[in-house]
Amino acid sequence: MSSEAHTSAEYIKHHLQNLTYGHLPDGTWGIAHTPEEAKAMGFWALNLDTFFMSLLLGAVIMFVFHRAAKSISTGTPSGLQNFCEWAIEFIDTSVRGSFTAKNNMIAPLALTIFFWVFAMNLMDLLPIDYVPLLMHELGLPFFKIVPSTDPNATFGMAIGVFLLVLYYSVKMKGVGGFMGELTLQPFGKWGMPVNLLLEGVNLIAKPISLALRLFGNMYAGEMIFILIALMGGTWAGFSLSSSTLYGSQILLSLGWAIFHILIVTLQAFIFMTLTVVYMDMAHQEHH
Amino acid sequence: MNINATLLAQTIMFALFVWFCMKFVWPPIIAALEQRKKHIADGLADAERAKHDLELAAKRSAEILREAKEKVGEILANGDKRASEIVETAKVQAKVEGDRIIAGAKAEIDQEVFRAKEQLRTQVSSIALAGASKILGREIDAKAHSDLLDKLVADIK
Repeated sequence: MSSEAHTSAEYIKHHLQNLTYGHLPDGTWGIAHTPEEAKAMGFWALNLDTFFMSLLLGAVIMFVFHRAAKSISTGTPSGLQNFCEWAIEFIDTSVRGSFTAKNNMIAPLALTIFFWVFAMNLMDLLPIDYVPLLMHELGLPFFKIVPSTDPNATFGMAIGVFLLVLYYSVKMKGVGGFMGELTLQPFGKWGMPVNLLLEGVNLIAKPISLALRLFGNMYAGEMIFILIALMGGTWAGFSLSSSTLYGSQILLSLGWAIFHILIVTLQAFIFMTLTVVYMDMAHQEHH
Repeated sequence: MNINATLLAQTIMFALFVWFCMKFVWPPIIAALEQRKKHIADGLADAERAKHDLELAAKRSAEILREAKEKVGEILANGDKRASEIVETAKVQAKVEGDRIIAGAKAEIDQEVFRAKEQLRTQVSSIALAGASKILGREIDAKAHSDLLDKLVADIK
């Protein structure tokens, strides 16, 4: 470690870089080995780590619920079934609380979103160096295990929700009704351009706020984990100051992790609730 | 990418974190789940018991109904028997009474007839006696004769 600042910056950069697959500068397709390379790939590149982790976690969630569903019994539920029923009841209650129209797809959607986002957020609680180190040994230069710190993942989900909102808006109100909702309020038909502008912003704000809220929270949380992890990196023999820093790293990251249990659950819940609320608004006639 | 003491710190932290979760996060969740399980088990047991109770109650009510029917039949039969008994006794009593009244009336009639006969007998003799004396009297007084005769007729009448 010749330059402390340099390595710290590198460390942070390294942890914030996704494993990106795309068009390399030399003309071949492959994995970017530096953040600059990844940046140069432009839009047509894949974040393999986000891709892999979100699919894996989704598969795990599905597998768990599938297993519970397959061995379901009508008697006293035990173990996994009990947990899954509990979870489903919880989701069902909160959906019933905020969704007033009738649509059988909303509760499963909410369940999927909640547990998927929850699982993705939960990866934040793993020590931040574990998986990148492991992947380094396997020859992969970068690996972010928290898909929800990648805006691609959160925007992907938010756009999915947005498409559903558009679909149900048109389905419930008709093209004319939806257009009317966008153009005829709040100022009546003579204020059409202004109305369109206001309602358009209102509409676009939904997926953006959905995606950015989750991304922002998880990214900031991850960032703080990285910064805390830097403290122990200054280890320079058994001096008082480095021992203090070392101890503070342990305590601070422990505290932050404990606090993060709340964040992780809360953000998943917020994403789910907002989805349900947006869907409810899509089903509702405005007057 | 260099491996340094950070990794060790993270490991210690992770161990502490896992310990924390085991100690403070896991138990309430498990307790809630256990509570839920117990709740459901209790509910199911209650339902089962209620079903059983219902069955028992149905059985018991059927039994009571059957007993009641039997009893009603018995009571009806008893009543019939008793009624016919009463009617029989009444008949016998009435017959006895009737016979007694008839016998009494007969005796009274006999007595009355006897008494009338007796009276008639005494009166006939006295009338005959009076008639004879009056007839005898007429020979002496013809004028008085018709008066006496009239008197006699009135007497007999």
